[in-house]
Amino acid sequence: MSEVRVLLAALGFACMSIKETFEKLEGKGALIGYITCGDPNLEMSLKITKEVARGVDILELGIPFSDPIADGATIQAASDRALKAGIRVDDCFRIASEIEGTPKVFMTYYNLVLQRGIDKFLSDCVDAGVSGLIAPDIPIEESDDLLRASEEYGVDLIFVVAPTTDDARMNRIIEHTKGFLYVVSHLGVTGAKDSLYEGTINFIQHVKTVADNRIPIAVGFGISTPEQVENIIKAGADGAIVGSAIINLVSEGMDDEGDFKRLRDFLKSLREAAHRA
Amino acid sequence: MVSEGKFGKFGGMFAPEILVPSLKELDAAFKRFCSDENSKKELEYYLTEFAGRETPLYFCSNLSREYGCKIYLKREDLVHGGAHKLNNTLGQALLAKYMGKTRLIAETGAGQHGIATAIAGASLGMKVDVYMGSVDMERQRLNVFRMKLMGANVIPVETGSRTLKDAINEAMRDWITNVESTYYLIGSVVGPHPYPVIVREFQRVIGKETRRQILESEGKLPDAIVACVGGGSNAIGIFYDFLKDMNVNLIGVEAAGEGLDTEMHSASCCMGTDGVLHGAFTKILQDDDGQIKTSHSVAPGLDYPGVGPEHVYLQEQGRVNYVAVDDSETLDAFEILCKKEGILPALESAHALAHALKIADEFKDGIIVVNLSGRGDKDVETFAAKRGVLV
Repeated sequence: MSEVRVLLAALGFACMSIKETFEKLEGKGALIGYITCGDPNLEMSLKITKEVARGVDILELGIPFSDPIADGATIQAASDRALKAGIRVDDCFRIASEIEGTPKVFMTYYNLVLQRGIDKFLSDCVDAGVSGLIAPDIPIEESDDLLRASEEYGVDLIFVVAPTTDDARMNRIIEHTKGFLYVVSHLGVTGAKDSLYEGTINFIQHVKTVADNRIPIAVGFGISTPEQVENIIKAGADGAIVGSAIINLVSEGMDDEGDFKRLRDFLKSLREAAHRA
Repeated sequence: MVSEGKFGKFGGMFAPEILVPSLKELDAAFKRFCSDENSKKELEYYLTEFAGRETPLYFCSNLSREYGCKIYLKREDLVHGGAHKLNNTLGQALLAKYMGKTRLIAETGAGQHGIATAIAGASLGMKVDVYMGSVDMERQRLNVFRMKLMGANVIPVETGSRTLKDAINEAMRDWITNVESTYYLIGSVVGPHPYPVIVREFQRVIGKETRRQILESEGKLPDAIVACVGGGSNAIGIFYDFLKDMNVNLIGVEAAGEGLDTEMHSASCCMGTDGVLHGAFTKILQDDDGQIKTSHSVAPGLDYPGVGPEHVYLQEQGRVNYVAVDDSETLDAFEILCKKEGILPALESAHALAHALKIADEFKDGIIVVNLSGRGDKDVETFAAKRGVLV
């Protein structure tokens, strides 16, 4: 059975790959939207996630972890809400499998991958149509097993570079990254910020030079407004990742059509900014 | 791609990319520090003149008579600050200075590591911020005030279970944000490489002294060494220089809390399963999805759902035996040591003593060394409450 899946994945039957998604945008910036699965509960999460999926170019689905050290207060709180509501990793795969038409990647911490079993986790990704995986606590030095399995199942393993990453290391990371390179915009954890950090634009330009069109680069951490999205795409990024700002909006309550319209409008403004730049 | 800092398959550097270059820099700086004569002398000076080393290896004549074997206590409770923690914080604070860092951050559960960091920071003139779960702050109010007295800023952590593991999460987030100016001073042999090695090396002084002292007083090595294990720094510190002496039984005592058959314990070696927490592949308490469980122990310093990776390796190798002692046995041992020897042990250390008294029969006429890792002033209120006494 798993061989059939691998074959299907290899032939691209699962869904549009991340690479193709960037190619299809033909130079326009991609909006990558993050949402935590299961926040505030399974039923609402499914509705919200479907709405977010319709408004972005790539959907980044967070599987909540009890101890998310790379995340700030917003995503930690979202994870806590989801876990309190009893969300399981199985539920996250279920949510993912119900999202169609938008390329999806998972973002989660390595222990959840390990406990499911690396092979099972990745083969379940293929089944649920999830094209990639971001695990913020696994640097390339520790990723041999995950790399081997991700190649086998055809799931893109997306690594992170940060302002502390030197060029030699960045090159090594780029060589092993599939889908896109996740560029952390500044020193810190995730969380919406009013303005871009000094140095972020220069850092993006630098990563772009080092990447040398080998792989699309997408910038995340602290990006929350259309203006910020536009600026980072203009600086050379191929994608902008917005997470905490979306969660801040939905955590105010998604009780009626008006709330969903606000979400829709927010995503539209971000996406237009990404495409315009 | 060679991964560093493994003990067999355990350990490693499972850290966000932002930190990886800093962890490598720390590893290199630590190696330079260890071979730097001035640094060695400076650490030695502070350990002797400030911390009060060496600590006695005390023969408990009353207990020994009663239990039929020679029971010695390694008196880490007499280290300045009241616990073995200062061995590590002085070492790491000097390392931080050597690296040109100006600010120390630390996590604390019971408050002992926070205090030891505050002491080192005050003494060496460094700014100290300590993260502490708000539940722990409530349990350890006196220690919170002691930290503040010594100039440390104590930051309450309101996320997750609001205990030690959450304080570590928050300290890591701070470090991720301020990595260029800040030194993260971890309090136990946990975390990503090189921390388990750094903390072990600074705590090895316990075992080195014990070895010399027992040879002086008994002319031979002990039959058993018993130490409590939360993260496991006092245990690795006393065990390490005896690892090659196969006739010395090494026993790590975890917290069985309300019982290993309940969810209310902190026994990661005994009951945990393989997983990644706080940067290391080790044994952790987790559910079948991999979510980290909340631990429990009457001793806040043992209340942690993971354990240092080197301990798991030593367990796998069969070199160290890991057992667990519950809250009630611990309280009994706490009281026994007060009454029989006039020594007030920390509840953490009372776990080790409780096990030593339990196995005394197996070592008739032999020698057991217990690492008395801290003093129990901080635990008197807890003890009184558990015994239903008002103080």
